[in-house]
Amino acid sequence: MHLDLNTIWFILVGVLLTGYAVLDGFDLGIGALHLFTNKDEERRVMLNSIGPVWDGNEVWLVTGGGALFAAFPNVYATAFSGFYLALMLLLAALIFRAVAIEFRSKRPERWWRQMWDVSFSVGSIVSSLLIGTALGNIAWGVPVDANGEFAGTFLGLLRPYPLLVGVTTVALFMMHGAIYGVLKTEGELHDKLRVWAMRCIIFFVICAVTLTMATLLYVPHMAARVRENPWLFGVALANMLAIANIPREFHHGNDGRAFLSSCATIVTLMALFALNIFPNMIYSLPNPENSLTIYNAASSPKTLGIMLVIACIGVPVVIAYTVCIYWIFRGKVKLDRMSY
Amino acid sequence: MDVLTLSRIQFGATIAFHYIYPPLSIGLGIMLVLMEGAWLKTGNNLYHQMARFWTKVFALTFAIGVATGIVMEFEFGTNWATYSRFVGDVFGSALAAEGIFAFFLESGFLAVLLFGWDKVSRKMHFFSTCMVALGAHFSAVWIIVANSWMQTPAGYHIVGEGMHARAEITDFWQLVFNSSMLDRLFHTICGAWCAGSFLVVSVSAWYLLKGKNIEFARKSLKVGLTVALVSTLLQAVTGHKSAQGLEKNQPAKLAAFEGLYETTSNAPLVLLGWPDEKNEKVIGISAPGMLSFLTHNDFHTPVIGLNEFKPEDRPPVTPSFLFFHAMVGIGFTLIAVAVLGFLYFRKGTLHERRWLLWILVFSVLGPQLANQLGWFAAEVGRQPWIVYGLMRTPAGLSAVVKANVVLSSLILFTLIYSLLFAVFIYLLNDKIQHGPDDADLLPSGKLALPTKN
Repeated sequence: MHLDLNTIWFILVGVLLTGYAVLDGFDLGIGALHLFTNKDEERRVMLNSIGPVWDGNEVWLVTGGGALFAAFPNVYATAFSGFYLALMLLLAALIFRAVAIEFRSKRPERWWRQMWDVSFSVGSIVSSLLIGTALGNIAWGVPVDANGEFAGTFLGLLRPYPLLVGVTTVALFMMHGAIYGVLKTEGELHDKLRVWAMRCIIFFVICAVTLTMATLLYVPHMAARVRENPWLFGVALANMLAIANIPREFHHGNDGRAFLSSCATIVTLMALFALNIFPNMIYSLPNPENSLTIYNAASSPKTLGIMLVIACIGVPVVIAYTVCIYWIFRGKVKLDRMSY
Repeated sequence: MDVLTLSRIQFGATIAFHYIYPPLSIGLGIMLVLMEGAWLKTGNNLYHQMARFWTKVFALTFAIGVATGIVMEFEFGTNWATYSRFVGDVFGSALAAEGIFAFFLESGFLAVLLFGWDKVSRKMHFFSTCMVALGAHFSAVWIIVANSWMQTPAGYHIVGEGMHARAEITDFWQLVFNSSMLDRLFHTICGAWCAGSFLVVSVSAWYLLKGKNIEFARKSLKVGLTVALVSTLLQAVTGHKSAQGLEKNQPAKLAAFEGLYETTSNAPLVLLGWPDEKNEKVIGISAPGMLSFLTHNDFHTPVIGLNEFKPEDRPPVTPSFLFFHAMVGIGFTLIAVAVLGFLYFRKGTLHERRWLLWILVFSVLGPQLANQLGWFAAEVGRQPWIVYGLMRTPAGLSAVVKANVVLSSLILFTLIYSLLFAVFIYLLNDKIQHGPDDADLLPSGKLALPTKN
């Protein structure tokens, strides 16, 4: 692999989307678990565990989308116009989820809170499902014509394999969120979350095993890639070790380490995905010659270069203050006047 | 309806709805910096109470602004894929800068602004407030860079042909400082300051009318009216500069704004009127020579009329004219309102003049309307181009998206946005009726520690 500007930007877009999955992953997961408790106070604690950070987490998606538009405009244009309805549903889900967090605790009425609780939870689950399904479609391949335009239909995107990736994503985020919740809560809710986290881990492991089998059996171009590059097997192994380490650490009460393992699981999964599709960004099936790659879909080297300068100046600063902010809000959630 | 019309309606509607919120974030951001700064400087806890109250309003507008903003980013790709391919290379750097410098800054420090009151020191909190305001302004910068490039492209060359043609960057700084960018940026930011300051003024005037939270309302009015006065006056200056830029960069747009068909020296400025497209003239009152004077600082220099352009290259005259004149009219009315309010406030007799207080209560609508109308004028006036002189609007559409699909998403967003707007107004009203919290008069946590001077 030659490290040119196109490859660097492939990696950077990957880093942004992985950052999104790791960070927003836990607050989407908290959303998916939100309705499991029906005590108002516990729901408030769950919301406030992500309160100060969910907004910043979502910016990773915005910036990832922006970077895709900027670095690979053809991929952005083809994928976004091709996945039109799916993306509109994703937008609706993300909007409901975001405003529900803000609106929910503004009024004391039961129906009001119930309405926004359901919006928050359903919005979170649907967002995770759609994001996963989109990745699943990219992995499986979608029909692309000679002009680089999407040539399929909306229903054609809802095939079993992409949907399996979608469900796995929901399971992954639920597990990730539950472990995060364990870290941020105390008392009765903490104990409940421990039980849910264990169940989520089991749910995720079943999904992950099924997905691995399905990939090896039904997605020949991905299996072939691993066969040609045996070192990829090492990444897959790292991924499996990360997954196996989650219940182990959790069982020993090292919740922080379990959370880190969960992060590592997401990172290795994204790395596997990226290494398997590289250098394609949209794999064309049944006509692989129409695939959009990091070369035929990219912006000019000049733009990629300027953006790299911007990223090199900006990203370290962003990471520095993001770490500071997580540090300020460390520890267990305590409800106060400013809480949701 | 065809896919072009539906896509234009959808983009127009979603961006117009979105644009209710960013000006409030930018404007209230400045207000928060001033209020909290005043608290740190004077130690008067009333300013602390003000900062806390307006922070809650800020949080509400910010949440909806973010939620509706993602829609815009997605719609470029979903509905305008061909346009996205054409401009991707040019917009790349601006978008990257916006995401990295603006959005992260804003959302990161927002956490401290909203939830950090009791967790950090005064200076750290004030710093966070400044960073949020700075982030909000930065995001305006990069959006205006991109939009101004669509009005006055610079620093690029065209590569490829036909369906595969695209603009590629040649000079980053030329692209950023394209000829309309600075004027339009200042004009937009002043508009945002108006939106924020008049909201503060309106709510405070309401409290005075109802005789509650008097001290709070007076202090808020002081900050609000000062910013309102400064920003409405600056708005006239930046508007004038923008119009002068139009005459150089987009003469067809200026001619449409003024309904000027024949190129004339001593060109008149329409003060009040209605364009008659059939007879190619404007019915109404105009000031002779003023348009020449305002654009060229000279009564006799000719101003280019619409007839110099082929009919298919002209923007739609009636809407451009009406949006522009309505915006200008509201702008000058706001100056008058701000001046009156400020004078009577300085004299200390504002609270006795209930008629003026009522005008101030409703003045909050002025900047909102003018901001919307201004953008309508700017974007309709750019037609028939999506990128001025380079790409026509219909050519920018997604090739694969069908009309019925766009119709369904349009209906979906109309429903969601109506609901959001209703809830926003309801919650805003709720906060205003509830008023400032007395507990906020006493800072708590680390904020209670005195600053070291």
